[in-house]
Amino acid sequence: MAEKVLARASGKNSVNPGQYMTARIDLLMINDRGFLDTYEAMLRSGLTKVWDPDKIVVVIDHSVPAAGVKDAEDHQKIRNYVRSLKIKNFYDVGEGIEHQLLMDKGHVLPGRLIVGGDSHTTTYGALGTASSGIGATEVAYAMVKGSLWFRVPPTIKFILSGTLPKGVSAKDIVLRIAGQYSIEIGQYKSLEFAGPAAEALSLEERINISNMGVEIGTKFAFFQADGKTLVYLKERTDQSLEPFGPDSDARYEAVYEMDVSSLEPQVACPHSVGNVKPISEIGDVPVQQAFIGSCTNAQAEDLERAAAILKGRSVHPKTRMLVIPASREIYLRLVKSGAIQTLLEAGAMLGTPGCGPCCGQNPGVLAPGETVISGANRNFEGRMGSPKSFIYLASPETVAASAIEGKIADPRKYVSR
Amino acid sequence: MRQRAHLLNCHLDPLRSLRLLAARGYHGLLENAEREERMSIIVRGKVWKLGDHIYSDYMAPGFARKLPWEEGKKHILHIHPAFAKGCQPGDVIVAGRNFGCGPSREEAAGNLKKLGIGCVVAESFARIFFRNAIAFALPVMECKGVSGFFEEEDQLELDFENALAKNLTRGREIRGPLLSPEVINIVRAGGIIEFLKQEDQQTI
Repeated sequence: MAEKVLARASGKNSVNPGQYMTARIDLLMINDRGFLDTYEAMLRSGLTKVWDPDKIVVVIDHSVPAAGVKDAEDHQKIRNYVRSLKIKNFYDVGEGIEHQLLMDKGHVLPGRLIVGGDSHTTTYGALGTASSGIGATEVAYAMVKGSLWFRVPPTIKFILSGTLPKGVSAKDIVLRIAGQYSIEIGQYKSLEFAGPAAEALSLEERINISNMGVEIGTKFAFFQADGKTLVYLKERTDQSLEPFGPDSDARYEAVYEMDVSSLEPQVACPHSVGNVKPISEIGDVPVQQAFIGSCTNAQAEDLERAAAILKGRSVHPKTRMLVIPASREIYLRLVKSGAIQTLLEAGAMLGTPGCGPCCGQNPGVLAPGETVISGANRNFEGRMGSPKSFIYLASPETVAASAIEGKIADPRKYVSR
Repeated sequence: MRQRAHLLNCHLDPLRSLRLLAARGYHGLLENAEREERMSIIVRGKVWKLGDHIYSDYMAPGFARKLPWEEGKKHILHIHPAFAKGCQPGDVIVAGRNFGCGPSREEAAGNLKKLGIGCVVAESFARIFFRNAIAFALPVMECKGVSGFFEEEDQLELDFENALAKNLTRGREIRGPLLSPEVINIVRAGGIIEFLKQEDQQTI
């Protein structure tokens, strides 16, 4: 799939792994963390023109809502620059997280090449899109030229089979891969998920997995764009849509198989996404905070499942629970479904759609010595506040169960279906 | 100019074929190529060794983000306290697998450049760090086996364009895969912004 996209984007009939090439990009995403520095650096260098304002999407999501005057001023400058550049695709404070918005607002289409100034840009692979993160300075180059150098990655494939047991979900699959095969299994590679269990996953679950692709090193983390993908996109774009997948004679550097039927909930322990244990081996780990938010596992289905576990139960008195839906649209859906009421009744607090404390700079960070069970995607030292705090990563179900018990807990006993 | 650079870098021994051409009377190409080879980016420095999976976080720690540079720079690669304390401009890094994994924060490569690190040679790189290093004109080379090839404080010489690392202390050399001419030109230009400016001027 990577080779097909990169060949098309570079105007070649075919490309081979290892080959360097320059490709036209179809869309560029940039957030508040990078936009200001990037654009002001461009201005200082006398580069004032952008390649195509209609192919640039700007989102303010990393420092929202403004926590101080500095943030507020930065946001103000971004709004002014966006206006002067005539960028129409702009999502302001409170709309949600960049990746969720790009997909939900119909900017992401299968088979396209998208780069973004955020490492979790791999997320769009869930829709059959070749997408990857770049640094802010490279964003400047892409903003001016609309093209970028690429090295064609080799492709590896994960064939998922079996049926997920109750209380076990997409996050457990990807954590299991990180734990079993290491966080460099996908390094500088394009990863494709296939097989009956991959096809059975909902779009949201695929999104959660592709998001974590970068945590195992991948450049792209593809699912095939199938019927489900097209149904999802149909409501969001009027562009013509076609399924997109690998050719039948596609070459793979390696193929791995995984049966998800016997998978138990997985937990990534501090301070690496690869430090994964099944829930049965976690032992007694009290948590002062439970967090569901970020560009992983804060979609409608995730929060519905967490709410179902918390329904009629309460968050443990020694634990605080913070929930941040990935977008305003998702938040609203959950208000209508009653899930938000359930979460509030259980004792959770709700935050403004955005990156939240996951990137360590918004309310909800940790004190020294504290432990969080988090549905997000990273647990490096100091990621969510104090360098002396501890981050455990798990599915939203595990986070909800842990919030009830005040320690890391197995969600399966709370799940009936 | 770019075509010649392409000739130089795409073949294992480009000069040889140009010498053959020169023997047949085509001198210009060889002269230019030899001049370009002399301009090849050569980096020499004292080796600091780092292990596998060095996160970009460690090169640009969040907790040091708001400190003034003179203070904050003492925390760069804080997981190797001797480096954080003793690193000098011109020193080089030899690392293990997956160097620079983690967030896309480009300050990781930017900070190494700002410290005056001459180059990073690693068993393998996380892709965003690799791209950011090129964008900041920090020479990087991927090289299987390199971590066993150097000891800390050895003298390393990197011939960036020819993907050749020499251990001057122990008198041996090791090669990595060649980079593309365009990627080399970005480093040669002094980073991607300078490269962009040059391209911009050319189109005007």
